[in-house]
Amino acid sequence: MTIATIETGQAVPVADATAPQDEARVDLKALYRDTQIDTVLAELDAALIGLKPVKQRIREIAAYLLVDKARRLHGLSSSPPTLHMAFTGNPGTGKTTVALRMASILHRLGYVRKGHLVSVTRDDLVGQYIGHTAPKTKEVLKRAMGGVLFIDEAYYLYRPENEKDYGQEAIEILLQVMENQRDDLVVILAGYGDRMETFFSANPGFRSRITHHIDFPDYDDAELVAITEALAAAEGYRFDETARAALCDYVTARRRRPSFANARSMRNAFDRARLRQAMRLFEADAPVDRDALRTITAAEIRASRVFSD
Amino acid sequence: MSKITQGAFSFLPDLTDQQIAAQIEYALGNGWAVSLEFTDDPHPRHTYWDMWGIPMFDLRDAAGVMGELKACRAAHPDSYIRLSAFDSTRGWETVRLAFLVHRPKQEARYRLERSEGNGRSQRYSMVRA
Repeated sequence: MTIATIETGQAVPVADATAPQDEARVDLKALYRDTQIDTVLAELDAALIGLKPVKQRIREIAAYLLVDKARRLHGLSSSPPTLHMAFTGNPGTGKTTVALRMASILHRLGYVRKGHLVSVTRDDLVGQYIGHTAPKTKEVLKRAMGGVLFIDEAYYLYRPENEKDYGQEAIEILLQVMENQRDDLVVILAGYGDRMETFFSANPGFRSRITHHIDFPDYDDAELVAITEALAAAEGYRFDETARAALCDYVTARRRRPSFANARSMRNAFDRARLRQAMRLFEADAPVDRDALRTITAAEIRASRVFSD
Repeated sequence: MSKITQGAFSFLPDLTDQQIAAQIEYALGNGWAVSLEFTDDPHPRHTYWDMWGIPMFDLRDAAGVMGELKACRAAHPDSYIRLSAFDSTRGWETVRLAFLVHRPKQEARYRLERSEGNGRSQRYSMVRA
């Protein structure tokens, strides 16, 4: 990832008696253009299918940060806004993908200095023996400084069934840094909705320090088909007319089966279809042209186990 | 009152935290790993200082180092603390930048000691005053 240099215009000392100029007007639209946030939001719209409420929330946060920046220029606010977030939603609804974009959005707005994303799970934070957890957690926090720390499946940090669990230690260090170094890093917790709810009720400290709860809805059938086609296009494949119809049937059937993971299931289905297509071309034992190499037919989709019962 | 001078910037007034952070940003921007060391004996021949934790690899921002520096100062207020930036690039593999980031209130003092060797030759060494 390349790091663009940030213009340090927002680092103006605030709440200073000499600063306020009531007459001066800050042009929000100009500020908006300067941060190039619209290109990021447009990219977000184009790259991510569906996720309407999520995009709406990101827009709100972007507007909030922009206004906060304007308020700083007028010397109206002094403490940096709290931006720690919780992403909840079912598997495969795009939590990690959005977190990556969030890092770049916050960077463009000058809220985090570097705009990188450090993605960790329980294993990276919690140690194996006494005295192992604190250095490990601090190490991760140091790496995330100036960027975004993304904790996937955050509820695993807290294990109520084992009172000697070291997760509690990691939680305490995290809370301390989240409170005291708000301008150094942003923490995003992610996980499945119901389990995050129990996690938050067991750790009220987290709930009060996280202002933005974003819920990721499941995709509907049309969105999943669109996502699969986008995935295929990115890999240089396309579905023919019959395959597209088969794909619609596939989505409906797959949703009824256990362990349905939205976009992730569709990626796996696409990967298996690629295998079958390769096998078909190989067994046909005839010269192939460019079009044959990139086309996935209905046969490859219908061969799935999902249709077998 | 004499000042111990070693490493970069040591003839300048002591760097402020903001200036130290800017130097760290420079080191991290070059891909160097920053580490902290401390000692109560800043003799020029005393090369191996105590390490404050392991070198900090994979850092992107100076805030992480500054946090460690704060902790080190709190734990060893009467020591010298040195920050060094290690370049692991093949062909370099060495410290590229090192400077003092903390001094004790009472600076260490050394004096020259003279002794007589074989054939009345004079030998000099620096000893703690």
